Amino acid sequence: MNFWQITLDLLGGFGLTALLFVLTLLFAIPLGLLLSFCSMSKYQPVKKITRVLIWIVRGIPLMLLVCMIYYLPGLLGTGTINIFDKMDRYFTALMGSSELLYYGSFVAVLIAFVINYACYFSEIFRGGIESVPQGQYEAGQVLGLTKGQIFSKIILKQVIKRILPPMSNEIITLVKDTALANVIAIPEIIKRAKDMAATQALTWPLFYTAVFYLLFVGFVTILLGYAEKRLSYFKA
Amino acid sequence: MFLEVRKLEKSFGGTSVLKGVDFTLEKGQVLSILGSSGSGKTTLLRCINALETADGGEIYVAGNKIFDAAHKDKLKNILNFGFVFQSFNLFPQYTAFENVTLAPILHIKDECKKQKKTKAERERLIREAEEKAKILLTKVGLADKMDSYPCQLSGGQQQRVSIARALALSPDVLCFDEPTSALDPEITGEVLKIIKELAAEDMTMIIVTHEMNFARDVSDKIIFMDNGVIAAEGSPEEIFGKNDNERLHSFLSSFYTGD
Ligand SMILES: Nc1ncnc2c1ncn2[C@@H]1O[C@H](COP(=O)(O)OP(=O)(O)OP(=O)(O)O)[C@@H](O)[C@H]1O
Ligand SMILES: [Mg+2]
Repeated sequence: MNFWQITLDLLGGFGLTALLFVLTLLFAIPLGLLLSFCSMSKYQPVKKITRVLIWIVRGIPLMLLVCMIYYLPGLLGTGTINIFDKMDRYFTALMGSSELLYYGSFVAVLIAFVINYACYFSEIFRGGIESVPQGQYEAGQVLGLTKGQIFSKIILKQVIKRILPPMSNEIITLVKDTALANVIAIPEIIKRAKDMAATQALTWPLFYTAVFYLLFVGFVTILLGYAEKRLSYFKA
Repeated sequence: MFLEVRKLEKSFGGTSVLKGVDFTLEKGQVLSILGSSGSGKTTLLRCINALETADGGEIYVAGNKIFDAAHKDKLKNILNFGFVFQSFNLFPQYTAFENVTLAPILHIKDECKKQKKTKAERERLIREAEEKAKILLTKVGLADKMDSYPCQLSGGQQQRVSIARALALSPDVLCFDEPTSALDPEITGEVLKIIKELAAEDMTMIIVTHEMNFARDVSDKIIFMDNGVIAAEGSPEEIFGKNDNERLHSFLSSFYTGD
């Protein structure tokens, strides 16, 4: 394999990484917001259950969570048949592919990532929401605004400003956590580089792989820095 | 009677903070509320403004019952009061101008949607609200600060914006909770001056304050609260003049010997 072929192969793996990253953010942010509301709920059972759930998820290593989600349907169902595995085989047949496709496994990883990150995000959101002074809500209230208006027009932007630094940390961690997809044999970039080392005795692609991560993290950092700058015009 | 508060009661977790407060206020009058710390002044204002729900009592504005502790859920949502906070509570992400126009414009949008008004009509109402905001900010002396964010304004300026913000909704009664307590002594004057101007224009106001001279000058009526009840009530002359109320006497003398 020449440099180009290797670059393309790694890029293919990195595409999966990027896809997992984007989809996780897309689902985990709204779910995290919902969880943060539940964890601040006036209804004690809702609040307690949500907080216990968050405690459990945050207490389990993400790698284990990925495996657990992947094997959960098998555990619940009839023995060894795994729905994610079945999906892999189904799509492989459907697409007439010679290699086993991994759509099902990808879904399992995505579910685990969304659950994990939604829980982390929800704690950040809760901290951000709770740190906005009560006076902001009261000022909205005495101006006759509805709860929804107070949240969307007054609170939200202050929360975003406050949570951006901790969210940046989490998001950069997410970029790197995507590597965990390879525990259930999804051919993301690191798995491909390792395979090259194992089957072709090529070790430099592993080092080359780091460049992909660095560039991606650099890009994400610039984007988040830009967002922080956009919100720096006010103090909250 | 324009405003009438009857038998207002409020307790927090078993401690009774308001123990049946009654008072009335005529349109265009200024009422000051005095009293030592913890006597329930803020709680009274907050109950009137629906920031707290009173446990007992009724409130009437211009003969309409706007609050009845016996039917808590009904009778709300009539925007009769404006509130100026001790700590301003301006919205940090909005300019002075936007702080003033935010609520009026949201109300206009809601109203137009409800009444299915045309876009042109809505635009006209919004322009009116913006004009009014400019007039109000000019009135409080901030014509040149309309586009400043709260973090760029001094405490006194912020408090003046918050007065303009409350006035933008044309409240029937404007309430102040120690509007100058968070300000440096040398700039309390600029806020008190505005309140005096409003009084001269016959704005109906309720002012909780520790500024005794100001209260004496501006008020038509003064209430002295002590431990959740009105311990004395009267004109400034009656309150600050000779009287035989023991508690009021010691409260006032603490102010004049204090510094
Ligand atoms: N949300 C609350 N929960 C519990 N207790 C409260 C609450 N709000 C007020 N209180 C209590 O009610 C009493 C009256 O408080 P309030 O703030 O009305 O006094 P105040 O007259 O405004 O005093 P100050 O001059 O210090 O502002 C105090 O003892 C206070 O601790
Ligand atoms: Mg108070």
